[in-house]
Amino acid sequence: MITIRTIAYKNLLRKKTRTILTVVGIALSAWVLSSLFGFNRGYESALNKDIDNMGFQIMVTAKGCPYEAATLMLKGGTGLRYMNEDIMKDVLKHQEVKQITPMLMQAVFDPNKGESGGMSAYLGVDPTTIASMKGFLEFKQGAWFTNPEGLEVVMGYEAAELEQREAGDLLLVTPQPGKSVELKVVGILKRTGTQDDGTIFIPLKTLQRLFNNTGKITSIGVKVQKEADIAAFEEKLYQLPDVQVVSLVQVKRTIISLVATARVMVLSIAVIAILIAMIGVINTILMSVYERYQEIGIIKSMGAMPGDVFRLVWIETMILCLVGGVIGNAAAVALAQATDVLIKRLLPYTPTGSIVQIDATLFAVTTAIIVGVGILSGLYPAWKASRVRPLEAIRGEVS
Amino acid sequence: MTTNGIAIDAKNLVKIYDRGSERIAAVNDISLQIRTGEYVSFVGPSGSGKTTLINLLGCLDNPSAGSLAIAGTEIFGEGRTLSERMLTTIRRERYGYIFQNFYLIPTLTVLENVTLPFAFYRKENARDDIDRLLSHLGLEGRTGHLPGQLSGGEMQRVAIARALVNRPEILLADEPTGNLDSARGAEVGAVLKRLNEEEGITVITVTHNPALAATAGRTIEIRDGRIAERAVTPPA
Repeated sequence: MITIRTIAYKNLLRKKTRTILTVVGIALSAWVLSSLFGFNRGYESALNKDIDNMGFQIMVTAKGCPYEAATLMLKGGTGLRYMNEDIMKDVLKHQEVKQITPMLMQAVFDPNKGESGGMSAYLGVDPTTIASMKGFLEFKQGAWFTNPEGLEVVMGYEAAELEQREAGDLLLVTPQPGKSVELKVVGILKRTGTQDDGTIFIPLKTLQRLFNNTGKITSIGVKVQKEADIAAFEEKLYQLPDVQVVSLVQVKRTIISLVATARVMVLSIAVIAILIAMIGVINTILMSVYERYQEIGIIKSMGAMPGDVFRLVWIETMILCLVGGVIGNAAAVALAQATDVLIKRLLPYTPTGSIVQIDATLFAVTTAIIVGVGILSGLYPAWKASRVRPLEAIRGEVS
Repeated sequence: MTTNGIAIDAKNLVKIYDRGSERIAAVNDISLQIRTGEYVSFVGPSGSGKTTLINLLGCLDNPSAGSLAIAGTEIFGEGRTLSERMLTTIRRERYGYIFQNFYLIPTLTVLENVTLPFAFYRKENARDDIDRLLSHLGLEGRTGHLPGQLSGGEMQRVAIARALVNRPEILLADEPTGNLDSARGAEVGAVLKRLNEEEGITVITVTHNPALAATAGRTIEIRDGRIAERAVTPPA
């Protein structure tokens, strides 16, 4: 037997193009909304993962721009300022310190890279501390360095893919024009989803020697005791001469505040998209009500109460929003990776992991929001239809 | 549920419309009784007020004055008017309506259109034998068709079937043959006559079609909002 739901569904099939266009409008809004929420969640989660996987909570660098220091911390920088490695002793004096690891970042133009050369970056690490600081790293092939001063490299997953190297292969490093050195690949890391994937690790002493920077480092990673007051410890470190202290909390806060503007803009766009979809839904349903004015009058003459007519029109709105919401969310899930790539191209800094994360909960929440919008959008047309008086409708007196 | 066999008892019905500063009495002091199981046809020139009268008799509109009782129950009277909700309750309990333009829903099949009232209300004694009803109206084999695939006569018969599914006591038909050629019009007239005679349904029509009017047991001519006494065919 026919039900109000069937009538509502079949009513939407009358003007298929209009219905499809309305659903597309709603789907686009749902897509934008879902991707935005996915970005909000994913960005912070990816950033946290990046920072947590660094293995230390504070980084000490030579005095300079704090943003540069943050960049150095997250991506490896090239505007290099050096510190004397003796400063490590001063850092170690503090009781808050659990462990430290010195690092030297070196970047150089490599004429052998690609067709016309390119920049190559190397991270010099202390073989005695790096393994314990980054205990979460696992090897796809090989292991950490066998000789703390040897001509050896450990490559991140992507770096190895890019250079097409396997453990046992040689890697040519050109620290100065005309001077090339071959280093043996002793280990290749498994994929981590962090910046380590693209890093080429070299023993600190080896890198210092190759680049004539003996005794120099660019940063010190500091792992603090669990109970330590990080803010107070930062203040203490600032007493050291010519150093910049960057805590992970600071970095996270700085990046989140930089991205906040972009998020507000995207949120505004999402709100506008929802409003446009809402107006589209109201317009579609209202037009449909006006076109069926006489029919609604006839339905009322055969016994439909105002509540029945309200329900009929409201269900039509709900069907539009539910279908549009599900399609839009499904598209957001299916195209999350493409959205991820697009956003990464647009933002100056993004964490290495997936920054658009849409799961079942987010899918349900976004669909619920779109359906909620549908409920609101349907109110006026449904109310208008429920007030149709059969006689006026039959006479064609549309008010 | 009738009193003294009277289905509709209208006394001094008046309907006045305001057209700007002008007041037009579309129905002007009409009193009449229609017996249960009677077939009455209102005729008269366009603008004479017959459709307004049938709308009042069919509880589609409130009168400006006068009283109306359906099966002994007073609906309007002493200046009392009913809300749209109460009018709907009366309509779905007692009436079936047929209109000149059929008003079938184009996306619903014949069967869905016929059973459409059940989506909103199903009387206790509503018809279960829809197939039989459709067969009775010559619509067997058309149940899955859409209105666009039917002839005008078939569409009007679907509208009649739709009006009958909740077993109304009174069937109101406003120009039911107005959009049909004479052959199809005669078919519809025959159906109305048969329903009246075989099922005892009170049938009230408004028509310009003399052939349809001739099928009624009583014909009442309306002129200028009043009953033209000389034009009333005595009850059979």
